[in-house]
Amino acid sequence: MSTADRHLIYQYLRHDKKFPHVWCPGCGNGIVLGALIRTIHKLGYAKDDIVLVSGIGCAGRVTAYVDFTTLHTTHGRALTFATGVKLAKPELKVIVIMGDGDATAIGGNHLIHAARRNVDLTAIIVNNSIYGMTGGQFSPTTPYSLKATTAPFGHVEHAFNISRLIEAAGGAFVSRGTVYHVNLLDQLLEKAVQKKGFSVVETISNCPTHFNKLNAIGSSVDHMRWIKDHAVKVEKANSMTEEELQGKFRIGVIVDRDLPDYQTEYEQVRRRAKESGEYRIDPQEVSRILESNQCY
Amino acid sequence: MPVNNQAPAVRLIQGNEACAEGAIIAGCRFYAGYPITPSSEIAEVLSYRLPAVDGTFIQMEDEIASMGAVIGASLAGAKAMTATSGPGFSLMQENLGFACMAEAPCVLVNVMRGGPSTGLPTAPAQGDVQQARWGTHGDHPIIALCPDSVSECVSLTVRAFNLAEKYRTPVIFLMDEVIGHMRENIVLPPPSEFEIFQRIRPSVPPEWSIPYEDTEFGVPPVGDFGGGYRYHVTGLIHDQRGFPTLREDEVESIMNRLFRKIWSNLDDIQTWEEFMLDDAEVCVVAYGSVARSAKNAVVQARQQGIKAGLLRLVTIWPFCRQAVEKHISRYKKFVVPEMNMGQISREVKRVVQGRAPVDTVNRIIGRLIRPDEILAAIKGEES
Repeated sequence: MSTADRHLIYQYLRHDKKFPHVWCPGCGNGIVLGALIRTIHKLGYAKDDIVLVSGIGCAGRVTAYVDFTTLHTTHGRALTFATGVKLAKPELKVIVIMGDGDATAIGGNHLIHAARRNVDLTAIIVNNSIYGMTGGQFSPTTPYSLKATTAPFGHVEHAFNISRLIEAAGGAFVSRGTVYHVNLLDQLLEKAVQKKGFSVVETISNCPTHFNKLNAIGSSVDHMRWIKDHAVKVEKANSMTEEELQGKFRIGVIVDRDLPDYQTEYEQVRRRAKESGEYRIDPQEVSRILESNQCY
Repeated sequence: MPVNNQAPAVRLIQGNEACAEGAIIAGCRFYAGYPITPSSEIAEVLSYRLPAVDGTFIQMEDEIASMGAVIGASLAGAKAMTATSGPGFSLMQENLGFACMAEAPCVLVNVMRGGPSTGLPTAPAQGDVQQARWGTHGDHPIIALCPDSVSECVSLTVRAFNLAEKYRTPVIFLMDEVIGHMRENIVLPPPSEFEIFQRIRPSVPPEWSIPYEDTEFGVPPVGDFGGGYRYHVTGLIHDQRGFPTLREDEVESIMNRLFRKIWSNLDDIQTWEEFMLDDAEVCVVAYGSVARSAKNAVVQARQQGIKAGLLRLVTIWPFCRQAVEKHISRYKKFVVPEMNMGQISREVKRVVQGRAPVDTVNRIIGRLIRPDEILAAIKGEES
């Protein structure tokens, strides 16, 4: 980290109030926070423009440390609170940070519906494949056959692929970065924050205290090395064969599509309510509407 | 339903519709909810009315999400509301506690139906009275109001919003299925006839604002999200700046204030109606739709020479202890009819402390209590 970078991040932290932080040495959460601060600064937002919302867990603690308007919600519910903030005050830039358990287990339903609605939010999902704060229990992204404190005989469930889950549910922008590829993480956050609609940056992270120890992965550096060796940029992956991609995972922009966000759509509702007070469907059009929705 | 927002003076409407009208008058501009009988008409009316006044209606994926969105909108400065019934009320308890802790003003309507569990979806009950008080975990004060007519659904919904804003707290609006679905002719007064309270925003510069300050009144001013007053909101017990704390003195300070802001303002928060109580010897304590049957029973008792009267609780929580104690030395007995197994009668007994017998009339069969059942209890007959 350069001196200038350190100075920049210092300006955004709540130094006088909330330090030292709770994160373990080697945790990826600080890297994610650094990337977020650099992104907000680069894009020129004022601190008052940003509402940072988090759930419960290690990643959820990020809201206390940074000097935006911050909202530390209940477990799994961050996206619901964020939806309320955004719809009540659309001019605010609302960013949500969640862990993998927070976002895809207890908050899984909220995640797919926020994506389906395409609410103009940015969700950062810090995926370390385990529940860190409560002591290393398995999460929906814990790989099959690995260990957790609640899977002492090996995990027998299969993991979610978060990016594919969201791609299927909806949303305008889906991407995957890692805490090793910091420059890429900055770029993905920059794109996600600027994207109108629901945008996601899944960030592959590590948990040296639980995940690594339980599974003989070694230190954070060892885990970083594993991430480095197995991540393939989307652009490169497109020209690789299935065999070459075996065991690797894609990083970069996975989906970038232009879809009207919820707020824009809801403006139509307000207009109809104010202008005519009704909405009529032309019977001739029903079949076409059903076809174009491609629901089944 | 009129196309414009100028409601006609006299209308035949349901309690649920009246509640929605009251919300619009109170300045509610955000509704998040999930469909559930017998409250769905509130959502339907507001999905029609809110967009016309630049408000937002959103149907969420469940009641947990609904309550979350309501709190988010409230923190951003909107007057926000949700409505549900029994099973949904259970799901909302988690974030209801967050609203208490974070002091986010909002109104939660629960149109009570028979329970437990899925229970009796289209039949009335008053089974959620104690859940309204203690449903969310941890010690907390709560305000709950209970209307007994369609017209009161309007005025009391306005009051629910006013109390929420004034005390920075969630307010529970406890209707029952009878009140929610009953239609009555009401005169809808123009909005200008209602006193509307707005939450107190800081009058000091942002750097001086302390969002959870231990003020004498107990309700510190707080800025809306995005208004320049950056602060931290959490469900964790926090210090005066909003940051999590485990320090005993700071924990004690905020928890005491949360209770004090409600308990030291009971005169403002508690309302009740006294009917023929001036010389009464039998005091019937009732609320919601049962109070209507009780009023009828009291009139019949008077015709038969029995000095009965009705104490109708409008504020259910905090419990109106003063109202029960007011003429207690004159009462020969209390009668508490409820569509539950005795959720308010236990409060009455707690206050009466054996100074008079407290008889109960309890029905949990999915129909309202008839006047003759209450009359029988007033007369001391087996019903």
